Amino acid sequence: MSAAASGGRAARFAWALLAAGFCLPTLVPLAAVLQALLVPEGEVWQHLLAHVLPSAVADTLWLLLGVGLGVVAVGVSLAGLVAMADFPGRRFFDWALLLPLAMPGYVLAVAFLGLFDYSGTVATALRAWGIELPAFRGRGGLILVLTAALYPYVYLVARQAFASTGLRTLEVARSLGHAPLPAFLRTVLPLGLPWIMAGTGLALMETLADFGTVAAFNYDTLTVAIYKTWYTQFSPRGGLQVAAVLLLFVLGLLALEARGRRGMRFATMGVAPLRRLPLTRLRWLATAWCALVLLLAFVLPVIWLAVAGLQHVPDMRGRFWALGRNTLSLGALAALLTVAVALLIALAVHFAPSWITRLTQRLSTLGYAFPGALLAVGLYVPMAALMATLAQAGFAISLVQIGVPLLLLGYGVRFLAVGHAPVAAGLLRLRPSMIEAARLSGAGPLRIIGRIHLPLLQPSLMTALLLVFVDVLKEMPITLMMRPFGWDTFATRIFEFTREGEWGMAAVPSLALMVAGLLPIWLLHRGRRASEGLHLRGQAHA
Amino acid sequence: MLEVVGLWARHGLAVVLRDINLTLAEGEIGALLGPSGSGKTTLLRILAGFDLPSQGEVRFAGAAIARPQGAVAPEHRGFAMVFQDHALLPHLSVSGNIAFGLHRLTAAARSERIAEAMAMVGLQGLDARKPHELSGGQQQRVAVARALAMRPRLLLLDEPFSSLDETLRHQLQRDLRRWLKQTGTTALLVTHSQQEAYAVADRVGVIGSGRLHQWDTPYRVYHHPASRFVAEFVGDGVWLAAQVLADGALQTEIGVLPAAQTTVFAPGQHVELLLRPDDLIHDDLSPWRVRVVASTFRGADRLYRLALPSGTELLSLVPSHHPAHPVDEEIGIRLDLQHRICFSVG
Repeated sequence: MSAAASGGRAARFAWALLAAGFCLPTLVPLAAVLQALLVPEGEVWQHLLAHVLPSAVADTLWLLLGVGLGVVAVGVSLAGLVAMADFPGRRFFDWALLLPLAMPGYVLAVAFLGLFDYSGTVATALRAWGIELPAFRGRGGLILVLTAALYPYVYLVARQAFASTGLRTLEVARSLGHAPLPAFLRTVLPLGLPWIMAGTGLALMETLADFGTVAAFNYDTLTVAIYKTWYTQFSPRGGLQVAAVLLLFVLGLLALEARGRRGMRFATMGVAPLRRLPLTRLRWLATAWCALVLLLAFVLPVIWLAVAGLQHVPDMRGRFWALGRNTLSLGALAALLTVAVALLIALAVHFAPSWITRLTQRLSTLGYAFPGALLAVGLYVPMAALMATLAQAGFAISLVQIGVPLLLLGYGVRFLAVGHAPVAAGLLRLRPSMIEAARLSGAGPLRIIGRIHLPLLQPSLMTALLLVFVDVLKEMPITLMMRPFGWDTFATRIFEFTREGEWGMAAVPSLALMVAGLLPIWLLHRGRRASEGLHLRGQAHA
Repeated sequence: MLEVVGLWARHGLAVVLRDINLTLAEGEIGALLGPSGSGKTTLLRILAGFDLPSQGEVRFAGAAIARPQGAVAPEHRGFAMVFQDHALLPHLSVSGNIAFGLHRLTAAARSERIAEAMAMVGLQGLDARKPHELSGGQQQRVAVARALAMRPRLLLLDEPFSSLDETLRHQLQRDLRRWLKQTGTTALLVTHSQQEAYAVADRVGVIGSGRLHQWDTPYRVYHHPASRFVAEFVGDGVWLAAQVLADGALQTEIGVLPAAQTTVFAPGQHVELLLRPDDLIHDDLSPWRVRVVASTFRGADRLYRLALPSGTELLSLVPSHHPAHPVDEEIGIRLDLQHRICFSVG
């Protein structure tokens, strides 16, 4: 039917070619980083090996280990309680525990540091009572903040796994003489392992991609090393070499996540609406644990951000509005362009399904799996080389002149998958008979797209626009490294304030980003289909 | 051994079970028979410890194990359960599944029990298989073996064979009864199939709309049903209007039936009499002639639908080697009524 709808071989080929063109921006940075990995430049490489990489790699590994253990412990325990036990407040915590997704890690970092750092609100208040808090701005504090920001990834998938098969399995194990906790550890947990692995893989990919949170803690992971090599050593090619090492980590995590996904196909048991486990004496303990996590990961930071943010608005002296204008216009432009391209690619697959278009779809949405810092340096270095070549040939264009389009390109490469997933899901719901009926009534392809596809896809397109918009707002490393002069955004200002330890000032743009971040959560809560909602911040690279 | 006393259960405002009373002696096999939604599964879940009664109690070996205020946890009851979808743990092998219920034994005792259970259900050599590598019948055999290997004080079975095809089901029903008797296991089976209940159980209970209508032997449930609901649920049949005569005999459209030894009905009362297909014998010499409305060939026998002059329809089971009678032919019948099942009208 799609062949008929596209009308002939030539049209199919044109669609495929058009779509294939959109892979290019994604392939350029990946190729550049891959090339740096395979053909390291001797001198730069020696310097990095001696001075940068050992500590950056070690710090990254420690962080992955700590956050990995943290998100598994918090996410799995919360998911187990909410999905399988009955305790006061369960229905509330069921959705409220997803709220930390509204805040990027660095916003949470601003709040935590504003509360517990040496000059922080809580630390200062306690000092008046003669109590000195241990230094918060270290690896332990960072792991705590990233765990609080990223546990929802594990919670979300583990809860789904436990709710569908966990209760049933628990009953079977109990009927065979096992008490609830051993039963959980011996049956529900191993059966849920693929889900937990996939969720943890996502959380670790975010940890690896994180720039703002680690920078706020003065903790040098590989992403920070890319930035420092590029901007303080003025060596973009060095940054590219660091990105090559980062690529290895990404590929490792992708393998972990893919393994989890494969396992999800097996291991199901019957589903029945069953009674949740009544926790007799432990019920208030369960409530307390959920409340503690929600308090630390959401309530306390939000209260502090609101109070400190509103307090410091006057100190921004009108710069706030300029920042807001930059941030919103970049977000809106990037969302429109990205979703337009996503729609074109999805339509190409829809009308001209072939290995070319399907490959295009996979390649072009690959960018989401890669850290922004990696994509930024991977786009910048080849573009700079291209400009130099053009200048030699007599076409002098400076990078400054194409600064904003280049930045938008960077956003597009990173977030195409976020825009593509809801659109592709929406297209799947379009029945072939609708298009066949329209063709029988004599409508041409453009008319069919205008009259059938676009109206029916409208909700999906709005979802896609909103998700990309919010993701662009929160994106720090690409903005920081690729923005032209004068294009400061909320995210870049937060970076600058945190470098100077001005938590109060950083609270103002952080508050704005948090409010924007609540929009997709609200969308998820409105009961959008899980396939769309899950793309909140992660896993679009499925 | 097992006693259920005045048990009620509610889901929210809906009453699921009302005033259930039953007892099961040691080594006895009981079956709860009822249509879906009758509450029989809820009763089983209360016995297993997964749900609480809202009133009444469950006693086992003299001790109360479930009351509205609280219950012994499922894992402390020493019971075992076989689930409708067999519920084998997909990440464990066959022997791993059986071993899962034997975690309190030493390793040696455990492997002895596994071998014993596997041999009993006829699955020797399949120890290392994963559940998804087994057929449906084999999976259910493993599920039963897993439960029996625990030597449970009470075995609960929730529609254990309903997902299997008919031949396999009959085979497993016979096997199950043999295994239970061989091991002397006290068991309670929930099913919606009367044939399954009869094949497996010593004692059958019929549940409808949350009420236990009868708790009796299979023979008595079929031939002496305690209520119209039981009578209709446990077998085919039609209701024939009748009036009680002065001597206790029944005046019906097909003649006067002699008085039963005991009757609870007063003379002159209008009643309805249940005629099962096997109560009505086809006899070419009988003076009672009825018209054939339809006939269904069922293999060993043929089921005739017959019409009386008044239009009332009857059912009759005739061996299929007997020459078939076409529709609309008048054939002779006589009653062979060993058990009179009567209920007053209204």
